[in-house]
Amino acid sequence: MTDTLLRVQGLKTRLGDDTNPVRAVDGVDLDIRRGETFALLGESGCGKSMTALSLMRLLPPSGRIVDGQAFLGETSLFELAEMDMRRERGGRMGMIFQEPMTSLNAVRTIGDQIGESVSFHDPENRGRVSSRVLELLKSVGIPDPERRLNEYPHQLSGGMKQRVMIAIALAGKPELLIADEPTTALDVTIQAQVLALLKGLQKRTGMAILLITHDLGVVSAVADRVAVMYAGQVIEQASTKHFIGTPAHPYSRKLFQSLPDSRKRGQRLTVIDGAVPKLTQQFNQCRFLERCDKALKICAQVEPPWQSIRTGEGMRCHLEVAETTEGEDQSDQADERPRFTGSNEVLLETRGLKVHFPIRQGVFKRVVGAVKAVDGIDLVIAPGHTLALVGESGCGKTTVGKSILQLIPPTEGSVRFEGAELTRLSRGSMRRRRSDMQIIFQDPVASMNPRMLVGDIIAEGMQAQGIGGNAKQRWTRVLELLDHVGLSEEAADLYPNEFSGGQRQRICIARALAVDPRFIVCDEPTSALDVSVQAQILNLLLDLQEERSITYLFITHNISVVAYLAHEVAVMYLGRIVERGTVEEVLDAPLHPYTQALLSAVPTIDSDTGREITRLEGDMPSPANPPAGCHFHPRCPRAVDACRKAYPETTHLSETRQVSCFEVGEE
Amino acid sequence: MISQLVILWTDALVFLLMLVAILFGIYASRKMHLRRPWRQVVRSRVGMGTLVVLGFYLAIALLDSIHFRPVLEDSAGGNGTTQSAEVISLFDELVSGLRKRQEKTYSAPLAVQLYAKENIELPDGSVMRDYPRLRYGGAHLENPESEWSSDILKLSGFGILKGLLVSFITANILIMLLAVRKSRSYGDEARSILKGHSEIPWRVTFLVLACMLVLVFWSAELSSKYHLLGTDKVGEDVFYQALKSIRTGLLIGTLTTLVMLPAAILLGIMAGYFRGWVDDVIQYTYTTLNSIPGVLLIAAAILMLQIYMSNHADEFNSLVERADLRLLFLCVILGVTSWTGLCRLLRGEALKLREMDYVQAATAFGVSHLQIITRHILPNVLHIVLIAVVLDFSGLVLAEAVLSYVNIGVDPTMNSWGNMINSARLEMAREPIVWWSLAAAMIFMFTLVLSANLLSDVVRDAFDPRLRSNR
Repeated sequence: MTDTLLRVQGLKTRLGDDTNPVRAVDGVDLDIRRGETFALLGESGCGKSMTALSLMRLLPPSGRIVDGQAFLGETSLFELAEMDMRRERGGRMGMIFQEPMTSLNAVRTIGDQIGESVSFHDPENRGRVSSRVLELLKSVGIPDPERRLNEYPHQLSGGMKQRVMIAIALAGKPELLIADEPTTALDVTIQAQVLALLKGLQKRTGMAILLITHDLGVVSAVADRVAVMYAGQVIEQASTKHFIGTPAHPYSRKLFQSLPDSRKRGQRLTVIDGAVPKLTQQFNQCRFLERCDKALKICAQVEPPWQSIRTGEGMRCHLEVAETTEGEDQSDQADERPRFTGSNEVLLETRGLKVHFPIRQGVFKRVVGAVKAVDGIDLVIAPGHTLALVGESGCGKTTVGKSILQLIPPTEGSVRFEGAELTRLSRGSMRRRRSDMQIIFQDPVASMNPRMLVGDIIAEGMQAQGIGGNAKQRWTRVLELLDHVGLSEEAADLYPNEFSGGQRQRICIARALAVDPRFIVCDEPTSALDVSVQAQILNLLLDLQEERSITYLFITHNISVVAYLAHEVAVMYLGRIVERGTVEEVLDAPLHPYTQALLSAVPTIDSDTGREITRLEGDMPSPANPPAGCHFHPRCPRAVDACRKAYPETTHLSETRQVSCFEVGEE
Repeated sequence: MISQLVILWTDALVFLLMLVAILFGIYASRKMHLRRPWRQVVRSRVGMGTLVVLGFYLAIALLDSIHFRPVLEDSAGGNGTTQSAEVISLFDELVSGLRKRQEKTYSAPLAVQLYAKENIELPDGSVMRDYPRLRYGGAHLENPESEWSSDILKLSGFGILKGLLVSFITANILIMLLAVRKSRSYGDEARSILKGHSEIPWRVTFLVLACMLVLVFWSAELSSKYHLLGTDKVGEDVFYQALKSIRTGLLIGTLTTLVMLPAAILLGIMAGYFRGWVDDVIQYTYTTLNSIPGVLLIAAAILMLQIYMSNHADEFNSLVERADLRLLFLCVILGVTSWTGLCRLLRGEALKLREMDYVQAATAFGVSHLQIITRHILPNVLHIVLIAVVLDFSGLVLAEAVLSYVNIGVDPTMNSWGNMINSARLEMAREPIVWWSLAAAMIFMFTLVLSANLLSDVVRDAFDPRLRSNR
């Protein structure tokens, strides 16, 4: 093909020492055409980023390319001298990274940093660097670029920083832009902005984009073609349309089935058992063998060859396409669980909950202001149900969870748990209450002491609460709990770092269960996990709710998880709840403009949802200095004068539903 | 011989420290997260080499820390005391030759004559000005001019041979033990070690061990007949002084740490964990302490102690005890001035750790503060403590030298490298120059500090998690 821009053949990259190397990339072939968006999809640790870094020749010191070729146009990238490679990097090939916060130099203005790239990679514009920088800033949609030129990275929000990164990458007028998880660290509304920007830029400049992501939604939103990576290899390649409709490889099929959404409510999610195999081994069999339920005898003996399906599409599997889809239950089961219609019973209730962090200044630490992280929250949770708290990062969701558990003392308001006012309990009686409520954190790595054995970690709560009998009985219970969350008993004698992310999250759940809580705050328990592992954890949480009728406060930004397991939803913006109601009410017919924007910003795999698309401009303001009137009015597409003057009253539409918006209030 | 054991304050603390170290070793061997970095230390060539060198220093210091009063074997029969008032150590006893063979004044290394000409009265009554023969150094030689060099060569050869023999035997015993432990044949084990294939770099270890043993036997052989590093102003053997100074140096390096650690760990963690007013009080304390010049504080404390000692001279039984108390006091005051650095480091770390999810989870279980500190915070800052201790050690050894040089260090009667350097100040001004005191102190101190620094690099590499992920 003449329009092929990048051709990669048999790329093999190894990490670590020679005796036992990690085969991070193990024979990858790719063809990227001019002007297309090519997505590289896969779980963490499958070699996506290593592929990109190999192409840029930016591997970590222990990494090396042992085999393969890569051609950018006619240039063979791996044969260039380092001097010439420097010109390609940031010239014809630009790259943007996941973490915009650490990709920029904190002590230089952004104008400087973009200018550097311009003067190195764009000889035509060397004489007019500053005006070129201005053009670039405008092209990535940064408002008021003249002023931003002289600002430092810390003065910009995450989304703005990512735009600056894109501007730097654009400075060399790249033919290929490698974007390594460019939106993973950003919120959904910002993610939507950045993805739209990338698409727009591509249309204008005709550059190709190699998009590395783990998010099926992002793939379906922007990619033209997809390659799925698994354990260092591309196992399937297809056009996005075909891939979303009928994924061929068993792994891809499972990946789709394990995605939670509202149609799978009440069903167990399909789980891909096990984990990605260790890449230190030499493979003679199919890499997916252990996790595949359609494996044949031959799969264990011969590594499957590349099987072409259509031009430019294919998969690495012994099965025929028709066979991979066999025997799958395609029928959508009816919603088994009864719809939640409100309940008179109350397990937990907050009234006007406020958490303000004082801002202190000066020698005497005078309070000059407050970060209003949580600013008057009313919540009611019925026993045995799940309330999902949804919002972007920085809106105060986590603070709500922690202040309910009194891990952060609330500034004002009341938290009643089974009628007892938690905010007024003494330290001692609060300590006794602690076994009733527990918390599961987002990051399973940080939530376990790396210096303690798993068994001790799980037993710690029982010991502190003085329950579970003597040490020996407690240990028996620890083993039971491990079994309950699907781990073997040997796990008790190991350290946390010997487990994968999903297993660690199971241990965290076991630890919380040890004290028999009735209420658990789940603080984004799956957002640090891969899709296939997320399904395992969600299944476990639902099973536990069914068995023990545990109540969850589920804090998340992932709408599809909410749709899958929550009974009620509360949407938070800047410390306040803007809309709440049952899942069906809020997700199917959102009333508040913010909820609508949030829902439409989420990239979904079915591209045609018929929903009106609301793109939000700008970023969330700082909770230290919220806008006057309705907090949302600066970003609201339908703001009127009244919104700028006062915060709208809460309108109760039904027993379960409430919205804080003038528009709704008037109706 | 040994009649009465004398336990000095510092002796007691040294053995307490040894006990703590051994207990910590046993504790660490059970905990994987502590055992693994140590294994990495033991597997590095630099680590094993420096450990051997430090082992020799430690052995001398420990031998020098067992004190007693010897019974005088008065053959003359009661023209003095039978129980010596002098306190000596086991090490003194071992090298009693070095200690007792005092010359009149300066003599150069391996010399047979004094360093300066003197008037010598000849048997026939006439007086001649010449370099007099030493009383002990090379006294066995009839005719020094012709026999000296061959005698030195003979003794050196003899010493080196002995050293090689002993190291050969030691190495073989060790190889045999290793072979038994791994249940392999002796030949296999020896081959894998000599080819450098063993996991622990035994080849390097044996090499360093052999070097040290040869050095020990060579110097023992020579110093039995000569003054290996010469003598000082009052005719004392400089080699002996340098060896005796090892204990002082090691004590300052380790005891100071012992004094400083509890304060630094406790206050640092408390400040970081509790924050609020506790943090304010602790922070202000160490900022205040830090803004007083350390040397002045030490000088003031030592001067006060000196005055106390001269006013209460009768409370001390011997000079050694007096010197010992001053050494201890120096350790304490050095500890007081040096805990702030580690404390600040630990405060920062505790501030970070208290926000970790696992501490929050423990709070959510109602775990008490004390337990959170001991179970969650302390084990996670131990690596920092360890790195700080090893890094501080060499700094403290050098600090002693500097303080003694300005006369506010250890007691002038105590052997220490600082005192040796201090006295060398005057000797350097002599013509011809007396260089060996200074050189001896420098060589011994340099070897100790260099090995300690190299070891601390290895320890830091092994324990610092950020460095670990890079390889």
